[in-house]
Amino acid sequence: MTRAGGWLLVAGALTLPLWLQSPYHVHVAIMAGIFGVLAMSLNLLLGYTGQLSLGHAAFFGIGAYTSALVTLKLEWSFWPALAVAVGLAGVAGFFIGRLALKLRGAYFVLVTISFAGVISLVSVNWIELTNGPLGLPGVPAPVFGPWSLRTKTAYYYLVLAAVALSYAVCRRIVRSRIGRALVALRENEALAESIGVDVTHYLVLAAVVSAAMAGLGGSLYAHYTRFVSPEVFLFTYTVTMVIMVVAGGKGTLAGPLVGAVLFTVLPEALRAAASWQWQMLAYGVLLVALVFFLPRGIVPRLSAAIGVRR
Amino acid sequence: MLAVDDLAVRFGGVTALERVSFEVRPGSITSVIGPNGAGKTTAFNAITGYLRPTGGRITYDGAALTGLRPSAIARRGIVRTFQKTSVFPALSVEDNVLTGLHLRGTAGFLAVLAGRRRLAAEERSLAAEAGDIIEFVGLTHRRREAARGLPYGEQRLVELAVALAARPRVLLLDEPGAGMTGAEKVVVSSLIRRVREQGVTVLLVEHDMRMVMGISDTVIVLNGGRVIAEGAPAAIQAHPEVIRAYLGASAGTP
Repeated sequence: MTRAGGWLLVAGALTLPLWLQSPYHVHVAIMAGIFGVLAMSLNLLLGYTGQLSLGHAAFFGIGAYTSALVTLKLEWSFWPALAVAVGLAGVAGFFIGRLALKLRGAYFVLVTISFAGVISLVSVNWIELTNGPLGLPGVPAPVFGPWSLRTKTAYYYLVLAAVALSYAVCRRIVRSRIGRALVALRENEALAESIGVDVTHYLVLAAVVSAAMAGLGGSLYAHYTRFVSPEVFLFTYTVTMVIMVVAGGKGTLAGPLVGAVLFTVLPEALRAAASWQWQMLAYGVLLVALVFFLPRGIVPRLSAAIGVRR
Repeated sequence: MLAVDDLAVRFGGVTALERVSFEVRPGSITSVIGPNGAGKTTAFNAITGYLRPTGGRITYDGAALTGLRPSAIARRGIVRTFQKTSVFPALSVEDNVLTGLHLRGTAGFLAVLAGRRRLAAEERSLAAEAGDIIEFVGLTHRRREAARGLPYGEQRLVELAVALAARPRVLLLDEPGAGMTGAEKVVVSSLIRRVREQGVTVLLVEHDMRMVMGISDTVIVLNGGRVIAEGAPAAIQAHPEVIRAYLGASAGTP
């Protein structure tokens, strides 16, 4: 991305609520932002270390539930709840990361799926804590100093800040020796070890950061919808994240964001344009076309086209 | 000094190495030769931690390496290359070498997140170092190209550059000349000599006898998982057991 284009995007994102006509459009922008955080989080694992987590919704859900429970039961305010949510998701990421060391490839995928399954069952059955399938209503809206972030426009800026933070974290990691170590593990693990890359350390680190970031997305989601139920663990969330990362361009910084915007806006646009059956059909055709024509994703194709190094 | 003492590796009922002992003199170029299946690569894998030996000890300057993970062994200055070409295929030559400089960098997670100014300085010095190493192996004209797009011989040079980036004190090269043209082998031989001149000990597995005899100070001959001879190149060429092993006249060994 060229520098001018980058600043234009930043300016656009900062003034977006001014351009959007209805609160519904701001809602779509907020969801795109939350999914942007989630997709960037998944990309850290899938795109850079090459490990596919198909249980990423678990970290998202842990963040959402933690944040909701801490504000509802302990009556803490949003900000410390957010910190606890990020922390606890990170701890979960630590354990999954440790497991990932013993299991790679398909086995890792299975472990992450089962992990999400187990956590989801806990949320349904530990009724005293989670209120079971009924979920937790009345999650409070965040307050920032004297201002409530109850309005969509205010919440948009909160989410935008989270996107910017996540992007900055990913960018710093990726462009450092840590990022090179992660890519080395993806590209050739045996060679990476031979030059002193500690597999344990870096895989666990990537898993912790990725999970913590997903927890951030979960907390933002909980305080936005003001309601958390076991639905946050739905496999659909994970699949959506994977689609966003793969379509946008895994292993690129901008890819997950492009994917998140596209695959949040597109279903909404289709919903306005066509009946339900046609929506799914169009969605499916588009997915197949993307995989077929842009197997590496949108961003790598675009940067190749304009001749910019990623 | 790298010392292998009574090393044994068994895979189920198959004995790959049995009571193998040798020492690699600091600053020397030492070659391990032997017919296919003699256990050369197995010995490399055991020394560098890719394989846990069944018995015996491997020490470097008196400290045991046995049981350490490859990355920990690399941190002690013992770095290897692989028999099958092994690069980071999607990365450019420059990024391959920068990745190889992993141990030269110091930035930890928190420092990276904080984005200190010191970090940028470190990145610049690493980039300069990478440039020097690429120039050393003669790939400056290729530095922005993806490693997988390079011809075979140049990929092997990338591999050498990545290993050198890890600043080895002992460099283990597994068939550095395999699949290379005669001219390329001459280049590699002279690179190996220059690496040694910088004070790096070189241990190498190689099939090309002209290359081995041309650059080695000491040659160790393995056959059937045992050391059958050790000495200067000229002595090895005249050694009756070595001749027998290579001509296949010995009974009971492949």
